[in-house]
Amino acid sequence: MKLNRRHFIGSSAAATAALAAPTVWGDNHGKPRVVVIGGGAGGATVARYLAKDSKGGIEVTLVEPSRKYYTCFFSNLYIAGFRDLASIGHSYGTLASDYGINVIHEFAIGIDRDTKRVTLSSGSVLPYDRLVLAPGIDFVDGAMPGWDVTAQNAMPHAYKGGSQTELLKRQIEAMPEGGLFCMIAPPNPFRCPPGPYERISMIAHKLSEVNPTAKILIADPKEKYSKQALFEEGWQAHYAGMIDRLGPDFGGGNVRVNPRDMTVDIDGEVNKVDVCNVIPAQKAGRVCEMAGVTEGNWAPVVPATMQSRVDENIHVLGDATNQGDMPKSGFAANSQAKVAAMAIRGALTGSKVFPAKFTNTCWSLISTDNGVKVGATYEATEEKIAKVDGFISQTGEDAELRKATFEESVGWYSGITTDMFG
Amino acid sequence: MAAPRIFAALAVTLLAPALSAGASEFGDVERGAEYWKQCRTCHRIGPNASNKVGPNLNFIFGRPFGAAEGYRYSKAMLAAGEAGRVWDLDQLDAYITDPRDFLKGTKMTFKGIQNPQERADVLAWLRENSDNPQNIPEAAPTAIGTDHSVDPAILAIVGDPEYGEYLSSECLTCHRADGEMEGIPSVTGWPEEDFVIAMHAYKDKVREHPVMQMMAGRLSNDEIASLATYFRALGE
Repeated sequence: MKLNRRHFIGSSAAATAALAAPTVWGDNHGKPRVVVIGGGAGGATVARYLAKDSKGGIEVTLVEPSRKYYTCFFSNLYIAGFRDLASIGHSYGTLASDYGINVIHEFAIGIDRDTKRVTLSSGSVLPYDRLVLAPGIDFVDGAMPGWDVTAQNAMPHAYKGGSQTELLKRQIEAMPEGGLFCMIAPPNPFRCPPGPYERISMIAHKLSEVNPTAKILIADPKEKYSKQALFEEGWQAHYAGMIDRLGPDFGGGNVRVNPRDMTVDIDGEVNKVDVCNVIPAQKAGRVCEMAGVTEGNWAPVVPATMQSRVDENIHVLGDATNQGDMPKSGFAANSQAKVAAMAIRGALTGSKVFPAKFTNTCWSLISTDNGVKVGATYEATEEKIAKVDGFISQTGEDAELRKATFEESVGWYSGITTDMFG
Repeated sequence: MAAPRIFAALAVTLLAPALSAGASEFGDVERGAEYWKQCRTCHRIGPNASNKVGPNLNFIFGRPFGAAEGYRYSKAMLAAGEAGRVWDLDQLDAYITDPRDFLKGTKMTFKGIQNPQERADVLAWLRENSDNPQNIPEAAPTAIGTDHSVDPAILAIVGDPEYGEYLSSECLTCHRADGEMEGIPSVTGWPEEDFVIAMHAYKDKVREHPVMQMMAGRLSNDEIASLATYFRALGE
């Protein structure tokens, strides 16, 4: 109620201000204003660090349409039954109550870079000194022949957390005995490089329990993929005979889907499928295009500050960026958010600025208590975020180490979600 | 390739009960001393043994739960102490089998020792030494040996807490600032020297965790000191 009321007052004030005085909106006590669009691993983190570290010196507004955020990371574990849905859902209440962030559940529908204003779906207008865009991904229109978002109920992407993940899980559970699950894997670059293959592992785990004669088919346009040796070893050991992957040599990149009759054409051959998970080619969240900060499908950024290369008053975080060597992951977005928060605070309040450091680690679960990980550290060069050092789990590791790695990933989930949402 | 490995695993499983039978009461002190090197990452024993990441273990047999003076225990451990629980061989054996299973909420992040023989060995060593801590030479060699590998000049560096705060944001993706832990240990409130030693042990690849080796590997001595200062203060 309180939020709605405040929001209502906010919208009318904005409407009045827009008519009467185009330059100043409301009374912000002369504090610099940062508007963040997108409340995921990048956006929630940057909002929280700006509010926390400026100790109220910066007015932070977070624009995120969803009232509850379901993390993409660990959603595969939900599909397998290792987590329940509630455990991967997070609200923005603490960011509002404990950090004084103005959380607005609306869509941004316009960005005017000249007057530095964001227009929301309600018509409210938010002026900013710095704007942060952290919209995640959207899908490239027409990238998968036969598929568009109107078909996402028949053939879910489940590549943004929430109802799509629930839908895919239920479809898998309802598969007929000995049925066929098909995944259309995305081309590079895409969100969470090991994600599709962890998903295959988790679906195989689920099917081995409830539908052991079912089969899994992957059509993949890529020659190679993340942690490939680890996944292949795990699939052989735990799900032998269940999973078949068609790479580009076998037509995995020449695919057409037909959601109406639930068939998938791979290199001209028609396959009748029971469940089909289409993960289309991706691009920066649409709001980046709206702001005009994309070049091609992604938004290029200055590594040291995460500023857009197009507009120095805009910072872009996470999956939507073209930054160099970091993968598109929640961990990476969270890491980039801290660099951006420091740079924004330095620019707006004169606080000390330190050299940018970036990190990423991606854990994947292959089977029960069988976790693997890959990670690296990065630094900012003029040209890109450049990899410094890295590691990856090895094939043939013992069960104890794999279990410890899985337990570590559970700890990481708790750590990063606390770091994002307070 | 797969067949011999499975056979080997099976053989170990079959042999294990035979080994443990009769061994649980009489552990091997010498073998236990080897195992103690792992415990020593967090625990000290002997004259002037102080609390480190874990409490000192002098006179642990017969000591009430949560009773090492000056150590900041978990609520769960303090409650067990207040309930009158006392460490004896059986309690310790159950605890080190799986600490978090034995006492939900304990700060001890050690995963536990599954092998009964290894538990018996380390408890035998512990019983001998905790009852006679004055007999233990202060400079007992350890496998990890981190105490002696960090230059005193590095330990003497005074950290910049503001820099530490920025650097800490990288740690807090995994380690929770509030000290809660679930699969990843807390680093909040650590004594500065322990923190610096541990980080240098990762940096020098003496401690084995690949993520931590990578993280520590690119931190300078000043940066490690700054983090230590910041995380120490965060616990207050």
